[in-house]
Amino acid sequence: MSQVEAVGPSRPQTVAAGPRRGTPAGFLALFLSELGLTFRRMRTIALLGVLALVPILIGVVVKIETGDTNGRGGGPAFIAQVTQNGVFLAFTALVVSLPVFLPMTVGVVAGDSVAGEATSGTLRYLLVAPAGRTRLLAAKFAAAMAFCVAATLAVALSALLIGSILFPLGQVTLLSGDTISLGSALLRVVLICAVVALSLAGLVAIGLFVSTLTGSGIAAMATTVGLVIIVQVLDSFPQLHAVQPWLFTHHWLSFADLLRKPMYWDQVWQNLGLQALYVAVFGSAAWARFTSRDITA
Amino acid sequence: MTQSPTLETTEGGRTAEAGAAPAGGAPVIRTQGLTKRFGGGQLAVDGLDLTVPRGSVFGFLGPNGSGKTTTIRMLMGLIAPTSGVATVLGESMPQATSLVLPRVGALIEGPALYGYLSGRDNLARFDAADPTADPRTRKARVGAALERVGLSAAAGKKARAYSLGMKQRLGLAAALLQPRELLVLDEPTNGLDPQGMREIRALVREVAAEGTTVFLSSHLLDEIEQVCTHAAVMSKGRLLVQGTVAELAARAQGRLVVRTPAVAKAAEVLREHGVTDVRPAEGRVDGALEAAGDELLPGLCAALVAAGVPVHGFGVERGTLEDAFVALTGEGFDVAG
Ligand SMILES: Nc1ncnc2c1ncn2[C@@H]1O[C@H](COP(=O)(O)OP(=O)(O)OP(=O)(O)O)[C@@H](O)[C@H]1O
Ligand SMILES: [Mg+2]
Repeated sequence: MSQVEAVGPSRPQTVAAGPRRGTPAGFLALFLSELGLTFRRMRTIALLGVLALVPILIGVVVKIETGDTNGRGGGPAFIAQVTQNGVFLAFTALVVSLPVFLPMTVGVVAGDSVAGEATSGTLRYLLVAPAGRTRLLAAKFAAAMAFCVAATLAVALSALLIGSILFPLGQVTLLSGDTISLGSALLRVVLICAVVALSLAGLVAIGLFVSTLTGSGIAAMATTVGLVIIVQVLDSFPQLHAVQPWLFTHHWLSFADLLRKPMYWDQVWQNLGLQALYVAVFGSAAWARFTSRDITA
Repeated sequence: MTQSPTLETTEGGRTAEAGAAPAGGAPVIRTQGLTKRFGGGQLAVDGLDLTVPRGSVFGFLGPNGSGKTTTIRMLMGLIAPTSGVATVLGESMPQATSLVLPRVGALIEGPALYGYLSGRDNLARFDAADPTADPRTRKARVGAALERVGLSAAAGKKARAYSLGMKQRLGLAAALLQPRELLVLDEPTNGLDPQGMREIRALVREVAAEGTTVFLSSHLLDEIEQVCTHAAVMSKGRLLVQGTVAELAARAQGRLVVRTPAVAKAAEVLREHGVTDVRPAEGRVDGALEAAGDELLPGLCAALVAAGVPVHGFGVERGTLEDAFVALTGEGFDVAG
């Protein structure tokens, strides 16, 4: 019972001692792993699926409403354009999704990023691996940005597909009245997708920060999505005129300026600059919080 | 309470390499005055001075809530100590996590897995988190770790479909993805069946034989006695004692046991002959034998017989770690701290 089966002092030392060196490939592995983790989750696929449904719904509704393609619909500028050219469905779908659907899905992914790992307890194992807190945060940010790109593309590609089925394709008439070829129109879709994805960077940083504050993934997701809604509401009060240019949602729809000839970049740059500011502020806050926090989950 | 001179106690100051420390050299873990007070004012660890010799299998004992997991979290840089220092593999924590932790495998407060990933993908994920792990050898190392804990057959199954024991094994596999200098296991046999427990103990011995120092927390005294060379006992956040398991068990000195129907008479005789802490019970009397006890035994036996005590049994029961623990705390083991 009380026998001590001590292994004798003559045991062989086969374990190499001393620090091991990290390699660049090893450093990047976490980023790749994070991407894989994000896009292999059923949840991510479901969110992208919902986003892809938005243009389908719009396309079908517009098709039914306008009956025939030559009817001059009296709706908003975008809707009228859709009936004449399927490519415009991509722009319309992005305008419709950017205020609500896109930020909601991004809020879920960014809000859950760190807090979800804390909830499941995997965070402590990542940190003792050791992932490094700064590196883990950077990987989480990168993966969430990749999701923004994927989410934007899900809307745009689905819109192009359904647009080409339901409506004619061809030369595109811009908002300024000029006409460009189908090829240049597709290039503008790519450009606008990039701008839309980057527009979500500020929200990603906010979500990441919220995610470092709590050990509950659900709470972090709800808070981030709630913040988007509150900010959108604030943005609609004329009384708050003075602060509105600083709200991260304020310039979101400025990408429509890229549908003119020549393109108006002022608002777009303002938007991207504001997003960079949010990333800097909330990214630093997330970093300060996460690197100093006790991991007790 | 008697103290064996070679035993390191909290009161007795520090004797770094207690007893037969196997490999020698600098200690793998050393803490000085390590203290953690949680936000709510809860003092979880209080002035801990711990020394884990290189090459040892170190048992970290204590009842629920005594601060074992909190100590391990501080050693792994997950939480910052309120005061005091913790040195792991010669570097101070939590500052040197990136230098120290690739050389350490850990299982902390049970396994935690991604339920939607397979066992194999879970390991690949944790391996990818280590920047010193070579991605080219990942597949082979993951396979070897799975093999080692006996999970190869279930490696493709989603982790959410694993039983508790399988999760525990997968957690262990994650700790064994690389050769480690130190393996920290927080209650590794939790949730395992007896066969699984035996396998884990065998695994611990095997890993130790490769030269890995193992730091094993548990509240199973048996387990510690079976696999550990050294042990420390915590209670309410404080270190009660640390030393080799042999020393600790010796501290619970053998007790003299006399089986007899004449309990009162026997107890009286024993007291007269210098046996202390005599406790009469149903059909038996037991008492503590002081240092030179063995020479007294024949005389004691004769005295009992001479006094007309019908002796049905007479002998010494060896001390166990549990006895040592009870002697130390003066209470049962599983008392909440
Ligand atoms: N995050 C926390 N916040 C506040 N108090 C905590 C926290 N974590 C642990 N404690 C307290 O610290 C003390 C030590 O807890 P710890 O988890 O270290 O015990 P333990 O020895 O590992 O117990 P067990 O054997 O049950 O695992 C307990 O009293 C516990 O209530
Ligand atoms: Mg514990």
